[in-house]
Amino acid sequence: MSTQPLPTGTRDVLAEEMRELRAIETSLLALFGARGYEEVATPTIEYQDAFARGAGPEGTATYRFLDESGSVLALRNDMTVPIARLVARRFAGAPGPFRLAYSGSVYRRVRPQRGQLREMRQIGVELIGAEAPAGTAELVELLVASLDAIGLQRAVIGLGDADLFPSLLGELGVNGPAADRILERLADHDLVAIEDEAGDLAELGEAERATIVALSNLRGGPEVLDRARALGGPAIERASATLAETLETLAAAGVADRVQVDFGLLRDLGYYTGAILEVYDPAVGEAIGGGGRYDDLLGRFGSPRPAAGFALYLERLHVAQAAEQELGRP
Amino acid sequence: MMMPGLRARGNEGALTLALPRGSLFGECLSMLDRAGFDTGEPRGDSRALIFALEGLTIVTVRPSDVPIYVESGAADLGITGKDVLSEQNDRDVYELVDLGFGRCRMALAARAGGADLERAERRLGLMRIATKYPRTANRWFERMGRQAEVIEVKGSVELAPLVGLADGIVDLVDTGRTLAENGLEIVDEIAVSTARLVANRVAHKLRATEVDEMVELLRESAAG
Repeated sequence: MSTQPLPTGTRDVLAEEMRELRAIETSLLALFGARGYEEVATPTIEYQDAFARGAGPEGTATYRFLDESGSVLALRNDMTVPIARLVARRFAGAPGPFRLAYSGSVYRRVRPQRGQLREMRQIGVELIGAEAPAGTAELVELLVASLDAIGLQRAVIGLGDADLFPSLLGELGVNGPAADRILERLADHDLVAIEDEAGDLAELGEAERATIVALSNLRGGPEVLDRARALGGPAIERASATLAETLETLAAAGVADRVQVDFGLLRDLGYYTGAILEVYDPAVGEAIGGGGRYDDLLGRFGSPRPAAGFALYLERLHVAQAAEQELGRP
Repeated sequence: MMMPGLRARGNEGALTLALPRGSLFGECLSMLDRAGFDTGEPRGDSRALIFALEGLTIVTVRPSDVPIYVESGAADLGITGKDVLSEQNDRDVYELVDLGFGRCRMALAARAGGADLERAERRLGLMRIATKYPRTANRWFERMGRQAEVIEVKGSVELAPLVGLADGIVDLVDTGRTLAENGLEIVDEIAVSTARLVANRVAHKLRATEVDEMVELLRESAAG
């Protein structure tokens, strides 16, 4: 008799791996709890409208189906939108700020034969009602503590600004579909396409191309702030000032050395504003977590509040942890 | 999300560069010579796949495997043709430099003098196209508003129109000799391809200074 296969991108977890996954989850949730972030849960299925309202067209969930009355339901593809929805719905009149934590599975599309996960677990926090830079700094500090708590002392946090490129392009007079095309290339970090004058980005002059490419490659310690400012323009000035402010707060908290300023950072979800984060571990080829500010998201659910959060990707944390142990540096 | 690959040594040691074994290999080594590396070993007839040069580790792979080695972080940097990157455009790698060498064209070709493509399109509503680059071909036909049934083959693409598997082919053309020897001619040019330097996104962040120095060195040596 043949064995029963599983859908691609899903898997069973056996005892040894489960123990290790659970240990990571437990230590993160314990840390979050100790810092005043209380665990909440939202349903695995929501109305598709919630995701569309929160994250726009990019937020469209992959797995959608109809309920008995014909409404479109979706398996959640993100944890932040449901929690924003929860806060707007349940805590509308309360003063805040709210410190919430979660651990839950999200469901994403997979491309064939890529080993991608259709079902992945995110563990994270949302800090709703606290403004930048203090709120951002509180999160980054908690993120550093989280990485330390699970043995990823070498992990680094990339800190960027979601508004930088859209407002820079506006300043350069590039709007609409042309701006979208450039942002798409920047998200892919396809710098050759941006440098290519014969390509399809004819809107840009030579100086603009050079500025965008230079900015996209600017990453490192606080010294890159000055290098960015040297490129000129109000959008860069504003982003540099915001980043500098956040860095100062982080330096005061003693965690600035774990942060890399990255002017080229872009996140692919439709709700980020201001500071954005990505987490890297030297032993793993891909980001192991991410997040940022989403100051407009709660407003889309009728209860405007400044907010920010981060999520760590459990399966990748586990791979990073195992790799760090292999490398003899737990 | 993908189960991530392990970056072989994390942040320790020299950067790892994936080089394509194939038509670009010679020019890649010449570029490394100009950059001051001793490429004697990879140039020899060794069957080894990893070469530790002074200040740079080289791994040699098939050209179409370069993107996965770099995306996963098994290599920090890689060199491969734009044709490969376009075909695998869902690979998450940073495309940093057009190295300029290895210039060739992605083209639509058919039997010389014959009107196979026009006839098929007119009478049957679509062309059958054999190619090793199905996604590149499909994207181009889509953009041109032309209907094609794209048939993926792994090699000897030129054979397909000669024996009736397809009406035409989409393939990479260097000098055009292979086409001519098989009685085929270029009907349309789809894109120009050159060698590109790509980087793993985590290496690009965590080893920023080393990566930037290596990128500049290779950019200058490619031009030189």
